[in-house]
Amino acid sequence: MLAERDDVTLLAGGTDAMVEINDGHRRPQGPVVAVNRIPDLRSWRHDRAAGTLTIGACVTYTELMDPAIATLVPALAEASRTVGSPQIRNAGTLGGNLGTCSPAGDGLPVLAALDATVTLASRSGTRTMPVTEFMVGVKRTAIEPGELITEVTLPVVDGWQGYAKVGVRNAMVIAIASTCVVFDRAAQTVRVALGSVGPTILRCPDAEAHLASHVDWNTMSAAADDLDRFGTLVSDASRPITDHRSSAEYRRHAVGVLARRLAQRAATPAGPPGAPA
Amino acid sequence: MSEAEIYRLHVNGERRDVTDSWVGESLLDVLRDRLGLVGAKGACEQGECGSCSVIVDDELVCSCLVMAASAVGQRIVTVEGIAAPGTPSDVQQAFVDAGAVQCGFCTPGLIMAVHDLLDRTPAPTDTEIREELAGNVCRCTGYGRIIDAVQRVAVARTERAS
Ligand SMILES: Cc1cc2nc3c(=O)[nH]c(=O)nc-3n(C[C@H](O)[C@H](O)[C@H](O)COP(=O)(O)OP(=O)(O)OC[C@H]3O[C@@H](n4cnc5c(N)ncnc54)[C@H](O)[C@@H]3O)c2cc1C
Ligand code: FES
Ligand code: FES
Repeated sequence: MLAERDDVTLLAGGTDAMVEINDGHRRPQGPVVAVNRIPDLRSWRHDRAAGTLTIGACVTYTELMDPAIATLVPALAEASRTVGSPQIRNAGTLGGNLGTCSPAGDGLPVLAALDATVTLASRSGTRTMPVTEFMVGVKRTAIEPGELITEVTLPVVDGWQGYAKVGVRNAMVIAIASTCVVFDRAAQTVRVALGSVGPTILRCPDAEAHLASHVDWNTMSAAADDLDRFGTLVSDASRPITDHRSSAEYRRHAVGVLARRLAQRAATPAGPPGAPA
Repeated sequence: MSEAEIYRLHVNGERRDVTDSWVGESLLDVLRDRLGLVGAKGACEQGECGSCSVIVDDELVCSCLVMAASAVGQRIVTVEGIAAPGTPSDVQQAFVDAGAVQCGFCTPGLIMAVHDLLDRTPAPTDTEIREELAGNVCRCTGYGRIIDAVQRVAVARTERAS
């Protein structure tokens, strides 16, 4: 049906799409396909040999918080825990987060930091692309008419990883700034991705390279100065705007602070003796 | 699912035909306006308040965000299906006993959320209760008595079990 008609509406958990429909911003003109009722899209698999985890587009946040997945990609489980409420996490899916492609989507910085790939299927076959290419701009993706997101593949990385966001209160908030930091011990690299501080999710190559070359990978520590510098470079990489949720200055400051705090949890500050960390 | 204005839902153990719905209509509106089940309340219609909470295939969801036609073949439980009239569930009774109901608008959604919470977490801490009920807004009680009601049920169920 997807291949034959161009008026098909795809619906997963409905937590973005139904808000628009209820508001009258969107009325499905043609048929609606409830993709979250397709069992294949609700499954996930861990390929030990390849060291990858493949997650079906319709896996929900509640499922991503399950220890079976959370132990493989802790940052994704942490990000999922910050989404909405239990009701929203039971319905909302990773594929829907990608489909909406809001810069504030909580799953997206984790996918970007991990260099995840997105697989799209249509009648003419499937194609797979890096998530950073999939996300084209504010609520704009590389999906073509007739295409469906089927799954996301991420590496299972050895090393600390985490996600943090700031919002106006503790629960039920859209991020005004968010950060995912991943330490890859095997590759001795650091990866950082930022949400809500640009038209789409941003990576921070300068900050990543700086910290990777200053971490002591044996003791998993870093000098306080280098962690500070890391935070500054992250702030520099952000391209925030001022809107009704927050100012650009606050967002720029906040992502740096979040990044430094996350990094410090992985690489304990090892300043000169006696120096405050 | 094509232009599905006519379909059958499975609500509170009964088959219910929906004959006059529009594609895209929310489960909340279908329950209330087409099936006469007005327990679930609608306020924000954008997933923020939880007053429309129902259980679909064992998952607590906002019925305002479920497209009704997409729930064909799923088990839907509304507050009307929690207990028979005149015989409140333990959670419903505890809300009354603890004074957790004031205007009552949020109550049906909270009853669903609390049943779901206690099924998954039989002995929650106050913090867990607050986190788990973050999607249910109450503008009257300040939540203290709601938490009290949840704890009463948790204690009573544990005592009954031991
Ligand atoms: C009260 C509330 C709180 C929220 N809080 C958060 C939050 O804290 N963090 C956050 O990130 N988000 C939040 N959201 C937004 C939303 O829950 C997420 O973006 C969620 O991931 C959307 O997933 P879904 O399955 O509900 O998508 P849907 O609403 O079903 O779909 C979203 C879009 O993606 C398309 N789509 C869905 N699946 C596919 C697919 N497989 N292939 C192609 N296109 C597809 C749909 O056509 C639609 O355009 C919140 C929403 C609400 C209502
Ligand atoms: S009416 Fe559904 S959450 Fe408010
Ligand atoms: S009792 Fe009035 S909203 Fe909760």
